[in-house]
Amino acid sequence: MKISYYPGCTLRTKAKELDTSARLCAAALGVEMEEIENWQCCGAVYPMGTDEIATKLSAVRALDYAKHHGGKLLTLCSACHNVIKRTNEDMKANGDIRFRANNYLKLDEPYEGETEVLHYLEMLKNVVGFDNIKKAVVKPLGRKIGAYYGCLLLRPSGVMAFDNPENPTIIEDFIKAIGGTPVVYPFRNECCGAYVALKNSELPKQKSQKVLASAKEKGAEEVITACPLCLYNLQVNGGDILPVKYFTELLAEALGVQA
Amino acid sequence: MQRIGVFICWCGSNIAATVDVKRVAETIKSEPGVVFAENYQYMCSENGQQLIKQAIREHNLTGIVVGACSPRMHEVTFRKAAEEAGLNPYMVEIANIREHCSWIHKDMEEATEKAVILVRTAIAKVKLNAPLTAGESPVTKRALVIGGGIAGIQAALDIAEAGFKVDIVEKNATIGGRMAQLDKTFPTLDCSACILTPKMVDCAQHENIDILSYSEVEDVKGFVGNFHVKIRRKARYVDETKCTGCKLCMEKCPSKKGLNEFNMNLNTRTAIHIPFAQAIPNVAVIDSTQCLKFKTGKCGICQKFCEVGAIDFTQQDTFVERQYGAIVVATGFKPIALDNFNEFGYADNKDVITSLELERLMNAAGPTNGVLLRPSDGQHPHVVTFIQCVGSRDTSGCGKPYCSKICCMYTAKHAMMIREKYPDTEVHVFYIDVRTPGKNYDEFHRRAVEQYGVDYIKGMVGKVYNENGKLMVQGANLIDNEQVTIESDLVVLATAIEPEPSVRKVATLLTASIDTNNFLTESHAKLRPVESPTAGVYLAGVCQGPKDIPETVSQASACAAKVIGLLVKDKLKTNPCVAMPDEMMCNGCSQCANVCAYGAITYLDKEFRIGGGKTEIRRVASVNPAVCQGCGACTVTCPSGAMDLKGFSSKQIMSEVDAICKK
Repeated sequence: MKISYYPGCTLRTKAKELDTSARLCAAALGVEMEEIENWQCCGAVYPMGTDEIATKLSAVRALDYAKHHGGKLLTLCSACHNVIKRTNEDMKANGDIRFRANNYLKLDEPYEGETEVLHYLEMLKNVVGFDNIKKAVVKPLGRKIGAYYGCLLLRPSGVMAFDNPENPTIIEDFIKAIGGTPVVYPFRNECCGAYVALKNSELPKQKSQKVLASAKEKGAEEVITACPLCLYNLQVNGGDILPVKYFTELLAEALGVQA
Repeated sequence: MQRIGVFICWCGSNIAATVDVKRVAETIKSEPGVVFAENYQYMCSENGQQLIKQAIREHNLTGIVVGACSPRMHEVTFRKAAEEAGLNPYMVEIANIREHCSWIHKDMEEATEKAVILVRTAIAKVKLNAPLTAGESPVTKRALVIGGGIAGIQAALDIAEAGFKVDIVEKNATIGGRMAQLDKTFPTLDCSACILTPKMVDCAQHENIDILSYSEVEDVKGFVGNFHVKIRRKARYVDETKCTGCKLCMEKCPSKKGLNEFNMNLNTRTAIHIPFAQAIPNVAVIDSTQCLKFKTGKCGICQKFCEVGAIDFTQQDTFVERQYGAIVVATGFKPIALDNFNEFGYADNKDVITSLELERLMNAAGPTNGVLLRPSDGQHPHVVTFIQCVGSRDTSGCGKPYCSKICCMYTAKHAMMIREKYPDTEVHVFYIDVRTPGKNYDEFHRRAVEQYGVDYIKGMVGKVYNENGKLMVQGANLIDNEQVTIESDLVVLATAIEPEPSVRKVATLLTASIDTNNFLTESHAKLRPVESPTAGVYLAGVCQGPKDIPETVSQASACAAKVIGLLVKDKLKTNPCVAMPDEMMCNGCSQCANVCAYGAITYLDKEFRIGGGKTEIRRVASVNPAVCQGCGACTVTCPSGAMDLKGFSSKQIMSEVDAICKK
């Protein structure tokens, strides 16, 4: 099956391996990720200003494209997913934003939040199914792996509707599917501190090291994430406590599709 | 020819600021049938009522319309005034130009126009009113109290003391409720059991009180003064009349692994058990889901050892049916489930407990004999951290939007008691606000801070997690504007309270209204706080809203006063606005009887003349006016239009609609 796919800028630069491994795995699992045309940066940070329209337009363009190409939009980067999903909710539920964004874009027909935004993990769980992944695994990992959710996938929980923000399980279920042992540790849903890195370089160090130390204390041998920003931060500021990888890299390893 | 008088009230500025009351009165004067129209500042005042009475007498009025507030406020007032002036009280109609008009409109022109229409509508109705006379119904001089906690106990004792019979129906095996589980009570720190159990004993010994424990209300019929209630007496498999409470069965019972509900599941109990030492009635009960005799057919040891032969495995649920004049609902509360609060790690850490669990851990009759020990390893905790407002004042949807009201005080109590008993223990309290209004309450909280050195931290907790065997409590300190992490041995969650879930069933049986949080609704938030809008039903304790013991007891006594006021009457005036069938049109189809929620409709075979000297016997509906509540369900159901409501006939309602539509 085909799904419209929004990669985002980081996946073209710093996080190429996230993109590459995800595409390879999807192909191996029978899902064709069709990159949407002319996509632009999602804005990277969801604009909180309720009168801010221009910074939402790029997300709306991508959503409208997907609406006419299968009705689903697949995301991979946590930040892109957060921005696009929340913008989609605005287009669905906030009449004022919907009205002004459509006025600005002058689409053939107004976009009203019809597209379903799907994160790659949700695709694995709901479209492919963890049971089917388990069957496709050729090299079960057999390692103790800690899932790092960060904040962008989970919050705000009402809009993201991704998982229980205080006790998520989707990445743990994913780890089980690829033959690993999930390690549940308390800091898996805490912020890594990335957003304050420019203002205060000490805080991200503290936060990232706390995350990795917490995972290590509970027995994890490595940590996986879906977020390029978290990965960068945990690797650079995390004090080399544990190796950090994208979840798709481990999926590729388990499926035996490493490039 | 009708002679209608119209009285337009200003309600101070409540109506007059938005409705041109003078113009309404002037305009209405020219309505056909209206012979008098006046406006006045406060129609409900003595002078206003005098004005009405005088007009009735001087102008020989046959009906009046008062344009004022909701009939729920002053219909009775104006009916009385009319009656005193010699007019039948049911010839009074209220046009609600306050709640339905002035309060909800801003534009004077529009509001005035609407007020005129509303008054015209009432005039159209009153022209078709007929004088009605209220009937009488007898009062059963017995009260039912649903729930045997402190609220129910207090209400029952007060009613019984006044000389009326009271039955307490309690779903658990003993009365006592939540208060029986508490250790000390604020603000005086007297032992809860010491002040509660004498009242429990009083209930048991009072000649006017009958305790139906391990029982539930199954069905309620009837109305104020004449409730007919069916009560299920659940099988306890122990003959209440024989059991002496010797506890020999508990010593011998081999099935010892049942969770002890009374101790908040912190320890275990035997399948046959008496919930606690001072239980009333002091009679054992068998948990049939745990008992080996029920599970495997083997055992029956308790039966062998019972010296009085009280054990009866064949016992079945039985039903008793009784008549009551009044019903007090006192169904109480429970702490909310913490499923939505994973951040506090309650499910994952044994040493994260609720405040009610702490009560049991501090109680001399509790699982640790009153020594504060951690549930995980039985060690003394040296750092105890309390988290307030867990699920209270929550706007996220995970908890309850309201303040549970009791938590600030009991947390201060817990903190102080721990510092008092174990001075080497550090105590921290995270709070949003400290809310301690009440006599000697704020002083109590200050004592915790100033005298006992409890560390109060303003801020919420984001996470409780286990690190190297310690509970790390990560929260915000809003005063110092920093994140803090407190390494603790025991974490206590001041969990929000909610009405006991069974209240929904009780409310449905009583047709008593309930709010979005499952609290029973009082008749008037300020002026009738202990009465349900359903006549003859009264509310005591947390079932009506969060409250502490002193408030609960006050409310229970207030309920009792209301009940006594009702039961001393021999007869009650009934509402004459009841359904009445036109027997010539009724075809006996039974549809009205099927929709009647009160069982007021029966059928008679009646002989009718059909002309030519002949008669025929037809089956027709008959309404018992003492039982009919005038809800009108039958009138809209009747396919032949035979059923009508006195005072609210179809003709009257249609003429009201016509008056609204007429330009």
